[in-house]
Amino acid sequence: MLASHIISQLESIVGKGNIALEQQDLICYSYDATQMEFLPDAVVYPANAAEVSLVIEMANAETIPVFPRGAGSGFSGGSLPKGGGIVLVTTRMNKIIRIDTDNLIAVVEPGVITGDLQQEVEKLGLFYPPDPASLKFSTLGGNVAECAGGPRAVKYGVTRDYVLGLEVVLPTGDIIKTGGETMKGVVGYDLTRLICGSEGTLGVITSITLKLLPLPETKKTMLALFSSIDGAARAVSAIISGKIIPSTLEFMDRTAIQCVMTHSQMDIPEAAGALLIIEVDGDHDLVARQSERIHELIRHLDLISFRSARDEAEAEELWAARRRVSPSLRRVNPHKINEDIVVPRSKVPEIISRIDAIREKYSIPVVNFGHAGDGNIHVNIMIDKEIPGEEEKAGLALRELIEATLELGGTISGEHGVGLSKAPYIAMELNPSQIATMQAIKKALDPNNILNPGKIFPAD
Amino acid sequence: MVPLKRVEKEMKECVKCGVCRAHCPVFTELGREPAVARGKVALARAILSGRIKPDARTYADMSKCLLCGNCVQKCPNDVPTDEIVVAARETLAQLRGLTSFHKALRQILKNRIIMRIGAFIAAIVSPLVMRKVPGSSGLRLRFPLPFISGGRFIPKIASKPFMSRHPVIIPGEAEKPRILFFAGCMINFIYPEVGDAAVALLGGVGCTVIIPEEQQCCGLPAMSGGDVATFRELAEKNLAALEKYQADYIVTACASCGGALHGYYPAVIGKAYPELAGRCRAVAAKAVDAVSLLKILGFKPGKGVADAGIRMTYHDPCHLRRRNSTKEPRELLRGVPGGVFVEMEGADACCGLGGTFNLYHYGTSMAINARKSAAILKSGAEIVLTGCPGCMLQLNDGLQQKGIKTRVAHILELLARTVR
Repeated sequence: MLASHIISQLESIVGKGNIALEQQDLICYSYDATQMEFLPDAVVYPANAAEVSLVIEMANAETIPVFPRGAGSGFSGGSLPKGGGIVLVTTRMNKIIRIDTDNLIAVVEPGVITGDLQQEVEKLGLFYPPDPASLKFSTLGGNVAECAGGPRAVKYGVTRDYVLGLEVVLPTGDIIKTGGETMKGVVGYDLTRLICGSEGTLGVITSITLKLLPLPETKKTMLALFSSIDGAARAVSAIISGKIIPSTLEFMDRTAIQCVMTHSQMDIPEAAGALLIIEVDGDHDLVARQSERIHELIRHLDLISFRSARDEAEAEELWAARRRVSPSLRRVNPHKINEDIVVPRSKVPEIISRIDAIREKYSIPVVNFGHAGDGNIHVNIMIDKEIPGEEEKAGLALRELIEATLELGGTISGEHGVGLSKAPYIAMELNPSQIATMQAIKKALDPNNILNPGKIFPAD
Repeated sequence: MVPLKRVEKEMKECVKCGVCRAHCPVFTELGREPAVARGKVALARAILSGRIKPDARTYADMSKCLLCGNCVQKCPNDVPTDEIVVAARETLAQLRGLTSFHKALRQILKNRIIMRIGAFIAAIVSPLVMRKVPGSSGLRLRFPLPFISGGRFIPKIASKPFMSRHPVIIPGEAEKPRILFFAGCMINFIYPEVGDAAVALLGGVGCTVIIPEEQQCCGLPAMSGGDVATFRELAEKNLAALEKYQADYIVTACASCGGALHGYYPAVIGKAYPELAGRCRAVAAKAVDAVSLLKILGFKPGKGVADAGIRMTYHDPCHLRRRNSTKEPRELLRGVPGGVFVEMEGADACCGLGGTFNLYHYGTSMAINARKSAAILKSGAEIVLTGCPGCMLQLNDGLQQKGIKTRVAHILELLARTVR
């Protein structure tokens, strides 16, 4: 419960209609896609940077935790109000300020839905590549804070690669600008990159300047089915080492395929042990050449079938199915330990076989899918926590997965962030001085630890 | 048993992924989590567990759903949020008592004699018989009903209900299907010409058309208000009325009635009253929309459209979209000689009526509708066709208030004109 003078201050900042305090509201802002739940004390919906600044300034003075939140679709608990406090929802700040077709940039507020921006820029022949599976509902503010990736990262990189500048409200309430609208800039530290992926712990993003690309002339979406998961994994390595970088190179194992098939018109034979969704883009000649070359590179690798989507609609159907995978794994088991490990691309076959070995050792359902082309695999350990011993068993399997990933030179999170879910494991990847450096930055910017506390770093 | 118990398992299948945020017309307008499916499911669970009280606030949250089913169709886990909302409304009604509007509605819907004559509804609505009254007219009164504000398009009550216009059995050709026509209140009392068109078209392809005389309101308004007991009473009478005749199909021309017979009878009544589940399934299995059936039976539009070159667009009623009956109307419209079919943006987005949603949340309902009106205008169509009298009402209300001249008609009316 917040003290009444705090509530009246919040009301005077954002207006009575933009603060929510009833139990019904608190429940609805207690969760994200991890299914963890922590009740906040209040939810505020500020309209602009000035209001965000006043909220944060007050919270800092009163040492009340503030938890920035976009669509609440994160996979690591990054927006969850653990320990209580104020949830600060950015979705009212949802205007595309401008799309500059001369400089190929867009300036947006943080609550803009990623897919909405993509539609708007594509109407102008421009392209904003980052495409997390949540693109139809997640916000750009959340995407920047988590440094979201997506299938196209294999060719086009992740959110960070498109952020030129930001406006950020610091944990003290100060408003700063980082970067700018230029393609280059080396004056001072790169605060833009620091904020990007900082998971809402260093500042609240209130404006984003994004780099855009020309929209590729055409693209071709291909579906390759393999009889074995190993075949698909080796195909990924073969394509990359064949010096072709497709715009997407997505992977789904047998269970992932089955989970989305109930919703799909796709005709996939029982024998398919894994599939790849491969997209190439560019001008017509290049696309034709690359798709042929890809077929050649993978045809001897347990390939059952290889075909191109007939039209945009069929390609979209394929992508819709791909985007449904993660939530639909509920069909396997009620609880999901959702990892997004990354290994060097040549190690994809090896990590896949290591995951197989872990699955067998613990006899526990593990579903793999993801952005194999950039080495980023979503490994989902599916359990029913109500069965005694399952959670412990999954914990052991997870630890082995992390060890294997790190041994192969990988990282434990490619795009979901650490948040709450992975905080217990960061010390396996980062050494004490790395963690101490990060904590020093956090402390310098947020001396009272009021902004999204309890995230990234394990509790002492 | 608390009604929410019957969807306890389904509620647990929501993984809070947030996909519904992209597909909920109400959330698009209101922007707050309690309005979206994920929030509704969280709140429904909280009602069941006692974490929140069944107070006015909870009731208001649960009322903010059109039951359009778009979230259900887009949900990766098929969480039936519409059924969950109905169960939550039913639970709240039990804990809180039915609201006064729904009490009145319940009396109207249950009283078969009143329904048959239409006198009661006519008595309520008669001061409102002012179709196409200009905005400047002093006749645009504050209407005497609390939920109807000034400026609304109100259709007039038919002078002779559909059911009184036709015999019970209209014989067709011997080898052709026997069909039971389920009219529903909107066709019976407000748009009987839609029913006339259905009868003519189905008769025209040789069907024997039977209009079971004991059919009632399908019960959807009662269900949407959480009055599942009344829904069941009406459904039982309808089951009996329909079971009285042997037939190949049970045909509706109102997407909402079709949605009830085909979807909610088995999904809600079948679950709440397992003893009726088999009968509900049997009716659902035979239920088909008139337009789809015409397509199945090989109907082709004739050349009789008076205004050749007419630009037509089509609005998908939610209850047909949910049955995937979206291709047939377009195929038939494309086949209208001399007509031009144009697709509008967001053709399958809800018109905002949501049955009784429109009465409680008129502002939100019309904000949702404004997107539809804009899409219709942009399409350049002279006429917008649809498959649901409820949508017709709402589309007309929105277009007339905005002064847009596009006409609204049921697709069956247009098709009937082509073969006249």
